[in-house]
Amino acid sequence: MEALDGNAIAGALRVAFGEEMTTATGTCASCGTTSLLATLLVYMRAPGIVARCPACGDVALVLVEVRGYLAVDLRGLTAMKHPV
Amino acid sequence: MERAAVQRRLNWQTAMVVDLREETHQTTSIVLDVPDWGTHRAGQHLDVRLTAEDGYQTERSYSIASAPEDEHLEMTVERIDDGEVSPYLTEELRPGDAIELRGPIGGYFVWEEKLGGPLFLLAGGSGVVPLRAMLRHYLAAESTVPVRLLYSARSLGDVIYHDELQRMIDDHGLDIRFTLTRQQPPGWRGYSRRIDQALLADVAFPADEHPLVYICGPTAFAESAADTLVALAYDPSEIMIERFGPSGGQARGSA
Repeated sequence: MEALDGNAIAGALRVAFGEEMTTATGTCASCGTTSLLATLLVYMRAPGIVARCPACGDVALVLVEVRGYLAVDLRGLTAMKHPV
Repeated sequence: MERAAVQRRLNWQTAMVVDLREETHQTTSIVLDVPDWGTHRAGQHLDVRLTAEDGYQTERSYSIASAPEDEHLEMTVERIDDGEVSPYLTEELRPGDAIELRGPIGGYFVWEEKLGGPLFLLAGGSGVVPLRAMLRHYLAAESTVPVRLLYSARSLGDVIYHDELQRMIDDHGLDIRFTLTRQQPPGWRGYSRRIDQALLADVAFPADEHPLVYICGPTAFAESAADTLVALAYDPSEIMIERFGPSGGQARGSA
């Protein structure tokens, strides 16, 4: 399955965080690389949406919408920075 | 926090279809009237939500095809024959129909006049849609930075916005070049192969001019073009990429 990128989940991220997040950065918990969320490799058809680090491929974040809730798993990121 | 104050909650809203225009045999532009839209930036996209009679809902994301200066919001949809959403949008929808959408969305794949240039746009297939919004904005804002679009399509008949792009060349002197990868008309004088290093070395601005690069197209196209530009000494941080799926649709995920 070919990956899309973080642009594809800009709407879901905006709902989850309340702001435009594709220009925010995340630091990978696995390899330490800091990337713009727009550049994460995104798999839409996993159970939920899986976004992976473009450097090492490890899972950065997972978004799941179930029964009217949007759940965000951020274990794969040690830090996020958002322009204010 | 001026920026935060400007951002509104991302709500679903109802848009009215004003007009539909067939661009190619596979793509249709949908002209929309959205009462509470505000404005957008060239390159942003919107989400469309369809609800079936049984309540089943599905969403797709499409690039905005119009410039912020245009009167109506416009999106261009590529029909994926076994898709869930695009056949409805391209074949069933009629002027006067309502659809649900939310946006504008995204802040990364965006070009505004104040960002300057040179501006190098690279389109694969329907990846031209957000780049067309940028070109329309470029003209409306009367930008004077050097601009160039390289558009890769399978055949001349697959070139979306062909007449409009030709007018941009003829009337405004924009530098727009085509490569037709599968089929070329008799006497074709453009390129006729997939984008490779020699072609990009020919077309791209020199790396030391630090152009802003926007690449939009299918995943394999976008990654190969970006890798080739990096091999030509482009700075990866000046290359913006927007990928869409192997089906070639503007919709991310299945169309």
